[in-house]
Amino acid sequence: MSDVLTTAARASLLNCHTCHRLSMARRLSVGCHAVCSRCGAVLHYRKPNSLARTWALTLAAYILYIPANLLPIMTVISYGEGAPDTIMSGVKHLIEAEMYPIALLVFFASIIVPMAKLITVTCLLISVQKKSRWRPKDRTVLYRVTEGIGRWSMLDIFMIAILAALVKLGSIATIEPGAGAISFAAVVIITMFAAMSFDPRLIWDAMEEKR
Amino acid sequence: MHMVSTHSLIACHDCDLLHRKHSLREGERATCSRCGAVLYQKKPDSLERTLILALTNLILFVLANVFPFMSFQLQGREQVTLLISGGIELFHQGFWQLAFLVIAVGVFFPLLKILGTLYVLIPLKFNRKIWRAQEVFRLVGALTPWAMMEVFMLGVIVAYVKLIDLATIVLGISLFSFAALIVVVALADSALDAEEVWERMESAQ
Repeated sequence: MSDVLTTAARASLLNCHTCHRLSMARRLSVGCHAVCSRCGAVLHYRKPNSLARTWALTLAAYILYIPANLLPIMTVISYGEGAPDTIMSGVKHLIEAEMYPIALLVFFASIIVPMAKLITVTCLLISVQKKSRWRPKDRTVLYRVTEGIGRWSMLDIFMIAILAALVKLGSIATIEPGAGAISFAAVVIITMFAAMSFDPRLIWDAMEEKR
Repeated sequence: MHMVSTHSLIACHDCDLLHRKHSLREGERATCSRCGAVLYQKKPDSLERTLILALTNLILFVLANVFPFMSFQLQGREQVTLLISGGIELFHQGFWQLAFLVIAVGVFFPLLKILGTLYVLIPLKFNRKIWRAQEVFRLVGALTPWAMMEVFMLGVIVAYVKLIDLATIVLGISLFSFAALIVVVALADSALDAEEVWERMESAQ
């Protein structure tokens, strides 16, 4: 006999997001919500308002992505002269200094990852809304990678904090963070929340429906 | 049709497909037949290993926060920093949002995760369930993506490379403790069997 049955939702079972205990769905009176008997987390068939929340967060991240890349993320002030750096110019300096591995690392974490993440989440949202049946397994893997990789973009923010603390030499040299850093940090956090609010099971629900 | 107890079933958290649970041998893992996600796994001596690693983490965390992290020497002047100095400096420069963020994800959440793990696991080792254990263990799980010590370390490396040609950078004891902490936290995360913790919590007093 096969070990595969059906989906939990079809069997009227709620899968706890936190501890993965299955609970039988019961009728609830208005204003009540079901909680997991084992860990106490609120139960849902799917993450609540997954598409709307993910869209809202993704659009907010797109908007903040513009100042994050245009405004300086930090300024090096040396003998009264300031040299503002954007994310891109920071990478450029590393290339000019021939520090190629580090340049590649920063380029990947600060430029490729946020952009790839925004595009991936947008494509996943559209594919779910169009009830696409295209390669659901690959889309699920894409989601898992997107969810896991986002935090690495915080690299630049930590770098600025460390540089600001180390380089405090009065008139000789100081490092000040810039407004771009706030936007950039917001992009990273908001895209992390966007990935968390997306429910990959929606990809598979479309596979069930048309059959 | 016969009823199947829900306790013998597990649903994939990524695609919702139901599977029957099988008992695994140590070190084995069960994956979803449809999307490939890991459903559950049996980790050897999970509770004991996680406990020891979490205690190690607590010690390393203290070392990483007490001793100097890095110091910067230029033209006879020296600037010594602690692990938390970056966050504090952002605060002094008026970037309180970034300061909160850096201290939270770099220092505070990792500490909360270590303490939360110990709070739940120490009593559980003696088959006791402590006050609000479920809530604390849920918090530990929710904090995992927000504890970003390894990303912090990468930021340190980039900052170091940027300054190395300009000045003398001295690496402190804290930096090495911090590096060790990252490794041990990763070991603790992979030793922890959350399913076992939830099960034990249910049967504990």
